[in-house]
Amino acid sequence: MSDFVNEFWNWYVILIVLVSVVACGVFLWFQSIHHSSSEQTTDTTGHVWDETLQEYNNPLPRWWMWLFYLTVFFALAYVSLYPALGRFPGIWGWTSTGAHKMEVEKAEAQLKPLFDKYLKLDLASVAADKEAMEMGGRLFQTYCIQCHGATGQGSRDKGFPNLTDKDWQWGGAPEQIVETISNGRTGMMPPYGGNPDAVGGEAGAKELANYVRSLSGLKHDADLATKGETRFKAVCFACHGMDGKGQQALGAPNLTDKTWLYGSSEAKIIETITAGRTNQMPAWKEFLGEGKVHLLAAYVFNLSSGGEKR
Amino acid sequence: MSEIQSAYNYKVVRQFTVMSVIWGIVGMLVGVIIAAQLVWPELNIGFLHFGRLRPLHTNAVIFAFGGCALMGSSFYVVQRTCHTRLFCDKLASFVFWGWQVVILLAAITLPLGMTSGKEYAELEWPIDILIAVVWVAYAVVFFGTIWKRTVTHIYVANWFYGGFILAVALLHIVNSAAIPVSLTKSYSAYAGVQDAMIQWWYGHNAVGFFLTAGFLGMMYYFVPKQADRPIYSYRLSVVHFWALIFTYMWAGPHHLHYTALPDWTQSVGMIFSLILLAPSWGGMINGIMTLSGAWHKLRDDPVLKFLITSLSFYGMSTFEGPMMSIKTVNALSHYTDWTIGHVHSGALGWVAMVSIGTIYYLLPRLFGKPEMHSVKLITVHFWVSTVGIVLYIASMWIAGVMQGMMWREVNADGTLAYSFVESVKVSYPFWGIRLMGGVLFLTGMLIMAYNMFKTMAGGLTEDAPVLLPAGHHA
Repeated sequence: MSDFVNEFWNWYVILIVLVSVVACGVFLWFQSIHHSSSEQTTDTTGHVWDETLQEYNNPLPRWWMWLFYLTVFFALAYVSLYPALGRFPGIWGWTSTGAHKMEVEKAEAQLKPLFDKYLKLDLASVAADKEAMEMGGRLFQTYCIQCHGATGQGSRDKGFPNLTDKDWQWGGAPEQIVETISNGRTGMMPPYGGNPDAVGGEAGAKELANYVRSLSGLKHDADLATKGETRFKAVCFACHGMDGKGQQALGAPNLTDKTWLYGSSEAKIIETITAGRTNQMPAWKEFLGEGKVHLLAAYVFNLSSGGEKR
Repeated sequence: MSEIQSAYNYKVVRQFTVMSVIWGIVGMLVGVIIAAQLVWPELNIGFLHFGRLRPLHTNAVIFAFGGCALMGSSFYVVQRTCHTRLFCDKLASFVFWGWQVVILLAAITLPLGMTSGKEYAELEWPIDILIAVVWVAYAVVFFGTIWKRTVTHIYVANWFYGGFILAVALLHIVNSAAIPVSLTKSYSAYAGVQDAMIQWWYGHNAVGFFLTAGFLGMMYYFVPKQADRPIYSYRLSVVHFWALIFTYMWAGPHHLHYTALPDWTQSVGMIFSLILLAPSWGGMINGIMTLSGAWHKLRDDPVLKFLITSLSFYGMSTFEGPMMSIKTVNALSHYTDWTIGHVHSGALGWVAMVSIGTIYYLLPRLFGKPEMHSVKLITVHFWVSTVGIVLYIASMWIAGVMQGMMWREVNADGTLAYSFVESVKVSYPFWGIRLMGGVLFLTGMLIMAYNMFKTMAGGLTEDAPVLLPAGHHA
């Protein structure tokens, strides 16, 4: 697509750039020859300002003049070789997109086999390969640490899952990890489970919070928890299950374990219930390609299942 | 009336000069704070975090410190070299108070997060309008004085001051065009890459005209005055003045290398940035060569030390700038601390040092004293600030080149050799050294403030009589 809506602007740019570059040189040439005979180093121009301010009229330093000419000539050479003059692409036909494409293609050709050779192996075998794990680790340090941290332990109470434990939101089987990285995941807890009336507003949320805390053996008010259980079994069970153990297919967390993505305090749980939560793992397949995703998946698999090995 | 007309208006010069020192301290103190915040992130307290204080720092040092120094010195220079009192005292007074109001409003709104989001043009639209009004008044006073001059020829310093005033008016008005949605929020009148281009056309010319042409005007008066030598070459001043103001206007796109800006625009920005090298150096040559035959004066005159060192830093940063505009160099330097180092070799080395020399020249003359309270303290100030600058620039160069190299380093498998956070980790020591450099420079400013108040104490604040142009008696 052209940057110019019509021919006028194309020629406008060509002319104004060329004229301006050439004008710098012509101006310099004119100024350096025109007055040279009258220039001298001993006498001033004769003007005096503010008692003492005067001016000599030394000629332009030669080296400075040639430096100036040199930059003008360089500019003329550059605009003929590279894109600068409107639509004219430059003699060498260079473009920034073309240069980028070439680099990417070169890197692809060189590196793709390196990653693809692991595609034939299953995740457990890749996870056992020392060289593959070093490569996976480097990928992880580039693409994953922003959320999951350099050690993969996530960010406590901020919603970024710990990848080094045995707990999985969306499943820890090899194909599930590959799916999570490839296509991303969006976990959504609706405010009040989508049913504020049945939850019973703020008061009901407090009862539910106590029930949820009781599920994982945290300190709670038994009365409130009992009331909360009724509400849980009317609304929350749809995703989290009657026993509160969640459903990996939906990304609904297990509420009976010790893992808390957004905090386990009563206040935090009430906030989760009343305001809801939306969490997103971006999709990487397009950006990284299958080979790198496979290595990353193996690395993540190793982080949790291979805990003992490390 | 004729009595008033027969004296120079020193009051407004005095006001600007003193405020320049005060705003310099404020602006540099904020700079030291944000440098410390990078070393100790826990210092980012509440809304006074790096993101809010950084624009406060840049606005305070450029427009409050630099602006007051430029306005004060230009009012001094234009009267004395036109041999006439400043045009319209009331308007000159309005320029001073109006500018102080702009600075105060900036100091309130920026920490509160009111910003248009344009670098070096963050102030919101009501303040932008006030700036435009004050600036037009400034132009009227300056050019009014030129108009009523009693000498035929306009001295070279006034060309540069004049160019700076006209260009900044144009840049400010075009770049600040915005659609207000409330008293404290507006959106740029331009969209997308055009907005970015206009922003950096403004941004780079803020450097070119505010921080270069304006201060070259300062240099062209105070260097020959302090050295008591004629300017080296009138011819050179003509050539480099026109070449400088012409080519600077083109250089903006080099801030947008390797972005959505079209290739041809990036190329044009780059070639004119390179052409800019010689015109920039013209000013350095003319300033430094003015001292030829009087080099010995550098030995015991600390004011001259400031002025000549500033020209050396000017030469250095105007060489570095064109080099960094070359696309392949920019690919390494962009987004790293190298840029911060480059800016500060210009801002501390050139702008601040030439202003400091100028202020030391002005203070005794404005307050009727034969010299500064302590000349020795000027020397101390010189060395403290020079060491500060060297620490600052050297640490940022090393950190910047290191960051650039780390970001592009790849392993044999094509993965990045370093994660971003690793480049942050190794930058810490250099950020510490930078902080030390900044503290030293701020210390120098405090020494200067002490010296200034001591000089002002019991000083005479009478206006000097207007001198008859040379040749009138002949």
